[in-house]
Amino acid sequence: MIRSAGAILRKDLRLEVRTKESVPAMVLFVVVVYVLFHFGLDRDTLSGDLASGVLWVTLLLSAILGVNRLFAAEQLDGILLAPIDRTAVWLAKATALFIYLVAVQIVAIPAFALLLLGPGLDPGIVPILLLADIGLAATGALVAGLASETRARDLIVPLLLLPLLMPVLIAAARATTPLFDGPDGDLGRWLGLLGLYDLVFVLVSIAVFDYLLED
Amino acid sequence: MPEAPALELDGLERHYGDRPALSGVSLSLPAGQTLGVFGSNGAGKSTLLRVLATLLRPHGGTARVLGAELPKEAWKVRGRVGYLGHEPLLYPQLSAEENLAFHARLHGVAPARAKELIDQVGLALRANDPVRELSRGMIQRLSAARAVLHDPLLLLLDEPRAGLDPAAADLLDPLIGAASGRTRVVVSHDPATPCDLALGLRGGSQVSLGTPDPAKLRELYT
Repeated sequence: MIRSAGAILRKDLRLEVRTKESVPAMVLFVVVVYVLFHFGLDRDTLSGDLASGVLWVTLLLSAILGVNRLFAAEQLDGILLAPIDRTAVWLAKATALFIYLVAVQIVAIPAFALLLLGPGLDPGIVPILLLADIGLAATGALVAGLASETRARDLIVPLLLLPLLMPVLIAAARATTPLFDGPDGDLGRWLGLLGLYDLVFVLVSIAVFDYLLED
Repeated sequence: MPEAPALELDGLERHYGDRPALSGVSLSLPAGQTLGVFGSNGAGKSTLLRVLATLLRPHGGTARVLGAELPKEAWKVRGRVGYLGHEPLLYPQLSAEENLAFHARLHGVAPARAKELIDQVGLALRANDPVRELSRGMIQRLSAARAVLHDPLLLLLDEPRAGLDPAAADLLDPLIGAASGRTRVVVSHDPATPCDLALGLRGGSQVSLGTPDPAKLRELYT
């Protein structure tokens, strides 16, 4: 399965490098929204739960753009004809989405700090981002697979995905708030919740993805 | 002991919602022979191929492909059939060689086989060009190469000569034609298409099965 997933992932990354359809759109969306918040709130800096909420809601909505595109260029029948474990498709798509999210955040987090936080950003945000990205990627690839054969993909993905991602949004935002001069919280608890969410959705995806791709 | 048939269908059914796309299709095709599938647009020909390729589940009747029962043993069929449908199943932004190399990896086939097939279908000079820059006929040749990359026992071909000039069609004959020696199911609108057994479909139902008779098959299109 790992070999098949690797082949699909390499192909997806190669396509993204050539078409630039997902990551640039996600980056542009995030940066534009932070600029809008900068001027719309008419404040040079945000702090606490407001800063955390702006950061995570924007990242979550940009992830939807990536999820919508995950299967857009896929020639799924060609893959389904091969004698491979279909979970390899989920693994490849989830890994591709994780890489896209990290690439977006490499630009988005400094842009957020520059536009809405002022100088300096606590590196403690990195593990929170990575744990949230795993959950986003696992659930995003699952929902993208479910919606891949429907005509209303652009509608179905956010309708299904956003409710499923609420625990990620809550845990990531709560874990991040203290880093933005907010009140101290129980960081371990929120990181634990993110880790548990990741584990559950990775296991659920492995268990059901094969059936999702069945006609 | 006689060899088991490559295809055994008994009362095969498939619906799209309430609309029957295939009903009551029954036949047996010995290994190494060619089944021609004829019928006007919407007769259920492509649906039949997609069911046999395990891309669609049958909704009724029984279907055994290469000895495996569908849909229960679909995993046994995948990798043993080659499917050439209306969609080329190629990535327009990847080159011809990258496309075949990708499918080779999925099928566990050596990358050298991809290069060999690109030569065989006459695309060696365009191997590094993106598929989106190839002509329709070239894409059909590349798609045929994709369909036989893993040396399948059964070929499922949906109008395989579409978009091909006579020279290109001759080029593909050793790969997907009768000369390939493979069991084949060929969907065609040409009643003169050579085959060992001819299946006539109308509105998803089987209306004829037997030795090909171009004059009789022509009636399917009236």
